[in-house]
Amino acid sequence: MSDVTLGDTAYLQSERAPALPPPSATRGPLGWMRQNLFSSPGSTALTLLFAALVAWIVPGIVDFALLKAVWHGDSPLCRANPDGACWPFIAEKFNYLRYGAYPIDQRWRVDVVEVVGAVLISWLLWTGAPRRNVAAVLFFLAYPVLAFFLLRGAAWLGLPVIDTSLWGGVLITLLMSVVGIVFSLPLGVLLALGRRSDMPMVKAACITFIEFVRGVPFIIVLFMANFMLPLFVPDWLTPDRLLRPLIGTMMFAAAYMAEIVRAGLQAMPKGQYEGAHALGLGYWPTMRLVVLPQALTTVIPGIVSTFIGLFKDTTLVAIVGIADFLRTVESARLDPNWAGPSISPTGYLFAAIFYWVFCFGMSRYSLATEHRLNRGRKH
Amino acid sequence: MTDLAETARPARSSALNDPKLRAFAYQALLVIAVLFLVISAGGEAVSNMRQRGIPLTFDFWNQVSGFDINQTLIPYTNQSTYGQAFWVGLCNTLLVAALGIVLATVIGFAVGIARLSHNWIVVSLASVYVEVLRNIPPLLVLLFIYNAVLKPLPNPKQSIALPGSIFLNNRGIIMPDPVFGAGSGLVALALVAGLLLSVAMARWARLRQTQTGKQFPILTVGLALTFGLPLLAYLVMGRPITFNVPVLKGFNFQGGRQIYPELAALLFGLSVYTASFIAEIVRAGIQSVHRGQSEAAHALGLPHGRTTCLVVVPQAMRVIIPPLTSEYLNLAKNSSLAVFIGYPDLVQVFSGTVLNQTGAAVQVMAITMAVYLTISLVTSFAMNLFNKRNALVER
Repeated sequence: MSDVTLGDTAYLQSERAPALPPPSATRGPLGWMRQNLFSSPGSTALTLLFAALVAWIVPGIVDFALLKAVWHGDSPLCRANPDGACWPFIAEKFNYLRYGAYPIDQRWRVDVVEVVGAVLISWLLWTGAPRRNVAAVLFFLAYPVLAFFLLRGAAWLGLPVIDTSLWGGVLITLLMSVVGIVFSLPLGVLLALGRRSDMPMVKAACITFIEFVRGVPFIIVLFMANFMLPLFVPDWLTPDRLLRPLIGTMMFAAAYMAEIVRAGLQAMPKGQYEGAHALGLGYWPTMRLVVLPQALTTVIPGIVSTFIGLFKDTTLVAIVGIADFLRTVESARLDPNWAGPSISPTGYLFAAIFYWVFCFGMSRYSLATEHRLNRGRKH
Repeated sequence: MTDLAETARPARSSALNDPKLRAFAYQALLVIAVLFLVISAGGEAVSNMRQRGIPLTFDFWNQVSGFDINQTLIPYTNQSTYGQAFWVGLCNTLLVAALGIVLATVIGFAVGIARLSHNWIVVSLASVYVEVLRNIPPLLVLLFIYNAVLKPLPNPKQSIALPGSIFLNNRGIIMPDPVFGAGSGLVALALVAGLLLSVAMARWARLRQTQTGKQFPILTVGLALTFGLPLLAYLVMGRPITFNVPVLKGFNFQGGRQIYPELAALLFGLSVYTASFIAEIVRAGIQSVHRGQSEAAHALGLPHGRTTCLVVVPQAMRVIIPPLTSEYLNLAKNSSLAVFIGYPDLVQVFSGTVLNQTGAAVQVMAITMAVYLTISLVTSFAMNLFNKRNALVER
């Protein structure tokens, strides 16, 4: 181009254009802030607004929970310090929150059951563990028997029988959720298969059950189990007061689980059923060996969120007089010996941390499982 | 083909292996089992109830209740019947569910959209909100707000005054109460007329746009009609709506409208809890719209805002609506948590107090379940209609 002459009117730049200023940094802390915090006037305004919000809230929480909290002492000291959490209160009530009114000299039984359960569950969940099928057999068959006899007691074992009205705290919350989780999945699978069955009567029965239970609040299901069940069965068959909400919990969780499993079944391509039929498999082998393993894998997130929901819903059993963890926190915070302005927030903070750790743990585990199982499907 | 199949099929060795016969047998067994259960449980229930002196009829419906309810949307005294108590409870349930759905939707959409922002601090705060609230029980949220936030508020004399004559104290929130004087009916009429006119105008404008391609400023004119007409009526009628401002007299406030702490705690607790789920639904819905869609819209020259309104949101709504429906239903069902803090909802008043006073457990539970099932069915029906209008029309 430079050798083209355009006469006198031509304009040719004879000097180098001045260098442009370097582009604003996109790396380093400054560049990161420019991109993520101050990219536009609106964004800057939002950043400032929310930074002010954080600066207002976070120090308040940290002050309450840690800096101004009472760590050692007794209730007068806590009462004198209303702006900080009262951790001695939790320390004193800790065993009550864990076991409820379970007799003190028998509490080792709860510990044994919980430790065995924790070991078996970690064995089941840790994917690298050897012989996980052994763990499954132990957990689903042997463990319930062990837990029943240890917790309730049996004369022939030399363990005094502990009435279920004395059970409470974390023990009840874990018991409710483990029983609900263990029973809801098989029941839910059966209900889902029934709902997709070709037999009209089976289908109608399953749909009625599922929609009925899902249509009413959990509290109503608990009321039903607690007040109505004793009316509907002969006296000698009346379930224990702890067993009634357990039955309600199982039914409630099973109905929700059924809908999750149904979604998985519907997502199965027809070819899977047809392929299994072509191999000569009957209904149950088709389901057990071909359809369910794939269908359940696709709905793992839904299954885990049902478990999390169930874990959170166990707090509602307090309505039928079962002293679950949150209920024990409620009665502990109303203890007149500890009355003070900081007691209720401390109790609720402790309960929130407990529930949050469990639920968040479950959701993270499900995410990890999902990633592991999806590895084969990614290209 | 059928002939071939029929002839080729070998004879069954036994009728036991005939799938049709088997299916029939299974179903017959199931029906017999269910019938047996229902009949034996029913018989047992009748004899048990007779034995314990529990009423078997619905006569209690017209008996005098004898208890008071603090928040009543319809006239009710302790001389009213159990039937009226039922309606009071039902209205309170519907009130908290309706307000909760609106509030949870607003918070949930705001947080869900915030999680997709480009601003780091906004994204982080929204994520913290979702992860914290989704993982703690709703009952804990409710108890915390009621017992640790609202109960320790000062007594009426030391109320916290907010702008606009709103007062916060341990008896709830006291705020100005609108008084509708003569002529305010016309204002309401103008509001309805404005709304109807806006809807008609929007329809006409859409029709004209499909026919001629000419656009019409629907939003501006609609807003002008909806708010302008009532304002005009308000000014013409000589400002008929006034506010009854609460004043502290002695130990309590006179005048104004009191929102009980139970309602405030239940409404706020349910809304912030459900909002964390709605936020995730909204985020997933917006993310489900393929990037190519907004890129194509940009390529056609649509600006950012219009791309969002016309291309992304309508497609995201298809993904959002079904799970959103079940969240709304969850909120309505969770309103039964009222029982724990003493808000007089259906469960607290009817399945609680009425059941305890009359002992008519079967009847009360049947009515309560029928109400919740109806709410569930009506909500899903309405949302299904809305969904059908929005659904993808496939060939």
